[in-house]
Amino acid sequence: MESAVENSSQNTVGFPFSDDAKMSIRQCDVFYGDKQAIFDVNLDIGNNEVLAMIGPSGCGKSTFLRCLNRMNDTIDICRVEGSLKLEDTDIYSPDLDVVPLRARVGMVFQKPNPFPKSIYDNVAYGPRIHGLVSRRAELDEVVESSLQKAGLWNEVKDRLDESGTGLSGGQQQRLCIARTIAVNPEVILMDEPCSALDPIATAKIEELITNLSENYTIAIVTHSMQQAARVSNRTAYFHMGKLIEVNDTEKVFTNPTHDLTEAYITGRFG
Amino acid sequence: MTRPDTQSEQMQENTEVPSEKRRLVDDIRFQKRLEKRYRAEKRFRLYGLLSIGFGLLCLVLLFTDIIGKGHSAFLQTEVALDIHFDADYLQIDDINDSQQLNRANFDGLIKRSWRANFPEVKSRSDKRLLYKISSNGSGFQIKDLLIAHPEWLGTTQTLWLIADDDVDVYYKAKNKGISYQGVLSDKSLNWLNALVEENRIELSFNSTFFSAGDSREPEQAGIKGAMVGSLFTLLVTLALSFPIGVAAAIYLEEYAPNNRWTDLIEVNINNLAAVPSIIFGLLGLAIFINFFELPRSIPLVGGLVLTLMTLPTIIISSRAAIKAVPPSIREAALGIGASKMQVILHHVLPLAMPGMLTGTIIGMAQALGETAPLLMIGMVAFIVDIPGGATDPSTVLPVQIFLWADSPERAFVERTSAAIMVLLAFLIVMNTLAVLLRKRLERRW
Amino acid sequence: MDTSNLLVALCLLFAASFLVGRARSVSLAEQKGGVRNLNSLPFYHGVLMSLWCAVPSLVLTLVWLLFDDQIIEALVLADIPPSGVDVNLMMNTIENIAAGNFLGLEPEPQMLAAAERFKSLQSISQMCMSAAVLGLGTLGSLWILKSISLEFGARVKVENAFRIILLACSCLAILTTIGIVLSVVFESLRFFKAIPVQEFLFGLQWSPQTAIRPDQVGGSGAFGAVPLFAGTMLISLIAMIVAVPVGLMAAIYLSEYASARFRTYVKPMIEVLAGIPTVVYGFFAALTVAPFIRDTGTILGFSPSSESALAAGLVMGVMIIPFVSSLSDDVINAVPQSLRDGSLGLGATQSETIRQVVIPAALPGIVSGVLLAASRAIGETMIVVMAAGLAAKLTANPLESVTTVTVQIVTLLVGDQEFDSPKTLAAFALGLTLFAITLGLNFIAQRVVKKYREQYD
Repeated sequence: MESAVENSSQNTVGFPFSDDAKMSIRQCDVFYGDKQAIFDVNLDIGNNEVLAMIGPSGCGKSTFLRCLNRMNDTIDICRVEGSLKLEDTDIYSPDLDVVPLRARVGMVFQKPNPFPKSIYDNVAYGPRIHGLVSRRAELDEVVESSLQKAGLWNEVKDRLDESGTGLSGGQQQRLCIARTIAVNPEVILMDEPCSALDPIATAKIEELITNLSENYTIAIVTHSMQQAARVSNRTAYFHMGKLIEVNDTEKVFTNPTHDLTEAYITGRFG
Repeated sequence: MTRPDTQSEQMQENTEVPSEKRRLVDDIRFQKRLEKRYRAEKRFRLYGLLSIGFGLLCLVLLFTDIIGKGHSAFLQTEVALDIHFDADYLQIDDINDSQQLNRANFDGLIKRSWRANFPEVKSRSDKRLLYKISSNGSGFQIKDLLIAHPEWLGTTQTLWLIADDDVDVYYKAKNKGISYQGVLSDKSLNWLNALVEENRIELSFNSTFFSAGDSREPEQAGIKGAMVGSLFTLLVTLALSFPIGVAAAIYLEEYAPNNRWTDLIEVNINNLAAVPSIIFGLLGLAIFINFFELPRSIPLVGGLVLTLMTLPTIIISSRAAIKAVPPSIREAALGIGASKMQVILHHVLPLAMPGMLTGTIIGMAQALGETAPLLMIGMVAFIVDIPGGATDPSTVLPVQIFLWADSPERAFVERTSAAIMVLLAFLIVMNTLAVLLRKRLERRW
Repeated sequence: MDTSNLLVALCLLFAASFLVGRARSVSLAEQKGGVRNLNSLPFYHGVLMSLWCAVPSLVLTLVWLLFDDQIIEALVLADIPPSGVDVNLMMNTIENIAAGNFLGLEPEPQMLAAAERFKSLQSISQMCMSAAVLGLGTLGSLWILKSISLEFGARVKVENAFRIILLACSCLAILTTIGIVLSVVFESLRFFKAIPVQEFLFGLQWSPQTAIRPDQVGGSGAFGAVPLFAGTMLISLIAMIVAVPVGLMAAIYLSEYASARFRTYVKPMIEVLAGIPTVVYGFFAALTVAPFIRDTGTILGFSPSSESALAAGLVMGVMIIPFVSSLSDDVINAVPQSLRDGSLGLGATQSETIRQVVIPAALPGIVSGVLLAASRAIGETMIVVMAAGLAAKLTANPLESVTTVTVQIVTLLVGDQEFDSPKTLAAFALGLTLFAITLGLNFIAQRVVKKYREQYD
């Protein structure tokens, strides 16, 4: 068989676009200083779907994900070009306010990062700063419902005043998910959320993702192909900063179109 | 709950979204709150900038004040007088005979010259005022000049004498064009104006400031004694604290086992770094002066006290420098078969030396500015002579500043500020040296 | 020979021992076929010999010099029958006579004889010391010379000695602490024999006079230190009110908002404030700030003293700004970026992130830094000596003049007081209090950090 490199074409294969797109990205390039990290990505993330982004280490998945809620703004040398839209709003327009954007597009990070506050205050933080609720009783409701949706309520309902950092790794990550849900986002971005967790905690979170997808649009970067296969509807394969293939998950893992994709999922490189 | 009917709302209805979901950006309350939050953000940032501005403003104020007060001290008013070195009057026939020189009445010679210059001054009280225009140390000044120029004996020379501090204040005010509020009477002012017209009064570089020791008269006072005292004290401090500090740092980093005794040493070092300096003064007083009966006010004792104070600084920075040496170098040396002492002396120490020197320079700079502990061990005496060694009574520059700050004469305010300028100049040089050394070090690995 | 000549002679002796030791080992080795047969390099043999020469002789010199004066004094005074005159005064007179200062008085024959004895004892002591020291040094070197052989493990011994010397230097820190504690406690105990502890700690009157003569009127003093504590607290409080907000906000701006260039230029400039000697601050406070406050206050209708607590406190606050700023800067930078990311990701503004996430996370370190800065303020001497007053007043009005613990320590000791009067001993009692308070604050600061600091991996 011809080597994967020779048969690589410059265009993305598969179905990168969708009719009911929550977020649409066109001709996206990302630079770190002079080095280009992401090359001409064109992709839609469909409404209420779970899109998995897979690819070898260092291929730019996390960089790309962080563009979607403008977290790359915190890195001085990072420059994003192209058109990125959340429904019909250009999120990189110069007069766009980043603060409400991040309330609409939430993020869960690789390593759980609960604030050194109580569990209650961790979840209540978002609603408080955005002023989403006006009374304490409403806040209690929001906290409870977020923790329920994150599947953590039963475990912590008696110790909401304890510090969030005292929980186990899996519980901390679910707390971070609850925290993100509490501000009522439309999209949840997840950057390898289970890579720091043990298999049982991972299973719980994967179950959570499936439940959440009924109400939220989810984009998840993952190192584990099995995880992508378990939780996602569509999968996007990135390779060295380029988007190679996007397709329904089943198709990507059983019958990939592009040679590079096949090479990756069959384990020829990792 | 009514919702604005937008396209996205219709889309959301299609997918049966729970009713509590609402588009945040469309909510007026959210927008208003957002504006408030951004205003708070701007205010917060402004507070930060203002705080920095306040700190820098204080710095600028301090420097401007000191320089403003002190820069004029580097110039000194002098008056020109025709002095006839009358050998008979002075009773000197052999210029090399120091006894004759010591007994000669140079003050009288000056008074004679004043009378000659202002023959119209008759009354005794007026004459006293006239004599006061030149400093009462002028006698020594012309004696020294005569010794330097023995051929002047018997001739008349026009010599520039240092003026009294009241005259100095007046003349400097006159030069700057500001009004004079001082103690000089109108008579004196008239004579001074006469001198101005004859070009017999001028400002020149104040070399006395750098060549003389302390004095009761401001115009004769200088910082040389204090500077030499500081030098000796710092030398003693350096000679003691650097080796001991480096030795202690080496022990703690390379040899110390992980036991209670080592913890105790470390706790002690950290505590001593935070003890107020005056406590070290008490220690010096009780132990060095009272118990060991060392003499007060000598740089040796001052150096001992400052050593104890500077040791924690040097130990802490030397430890950091030693820690920064990569373990790979140590392992390579040990691999060749070097003993532990050899690894330290031949490899670790040379590499850590720049860092240690940086810390030492900073420690010395701190020691140079210390006043309180030296007050305790007695360096507050009024010492006129320049000290010749570490066991001669002396004072240090910061203590000299402290002593002068109490003097009410305006001329002392000027000189105190100038002394501060000299002290700050030394400190700036030392700290710049340390920073340059650190920069050079950073390019190492 | 006098001390400096002795030291020169000793140095020559050390150098000689080194050379002899080294030469001996080399010569021994060459008889048996070369230097490589030696257990240790000739260098180490030389060093060992000179160590055994140097250390005993230097120690003996030190001990001799430290104690000879007292022994000579005791011997001289033993010969003089007690005459009711103070011992120190007598000794002073004897020393003056021996040095040739007769002070215009006609010395008694007893005193003259004592002075002669004093001089002769001094020269005997000097001679004996030189002989003993040089002798001991030589003995030490010879002892090692005897042991030099091919198998002699000089290097190991030198390394051990090296380690012990290093250990001794480290223990100096402990010795210093012990010295401080002993000296301060010892003298304070003598003070507390004369003045009860309760009066010192709780008394409200501070006017330290003691009778010079037993029959002097108005000689009784009050040694209640509460006004001093109050004054110290007032001035330190003013200083902290200035320094903590300014320092903290400056640290926040520098670490969270400032560009790298801004930081590289501005941070050192703030640090300069810490490098300025306190005597300069005192001068500035006394000659510029205090008159300014007095004049402004008078215009506004108050009547501030010309040595107001406000002046000293303000300037002290400015001096402490870099302490707070630098310590806070370190702890704020230590807060991991992931916490900030978590907050920003939720849509918080930067100031909200700082106020609600970063500062609470850094709080133990900040509190510890504030406590350390307070300890610095309380122990500060020169600014208050020059700008604050001497009158012990119990007041909370910053426009009045108060005095502090450190000012009183200086005032009590910088004078011609004999060492034993309660007046000077009071200074040590004050020193003990100061030491205890600052040590306590430092201890609490360290405990706060240890107990509350989150461990971020």
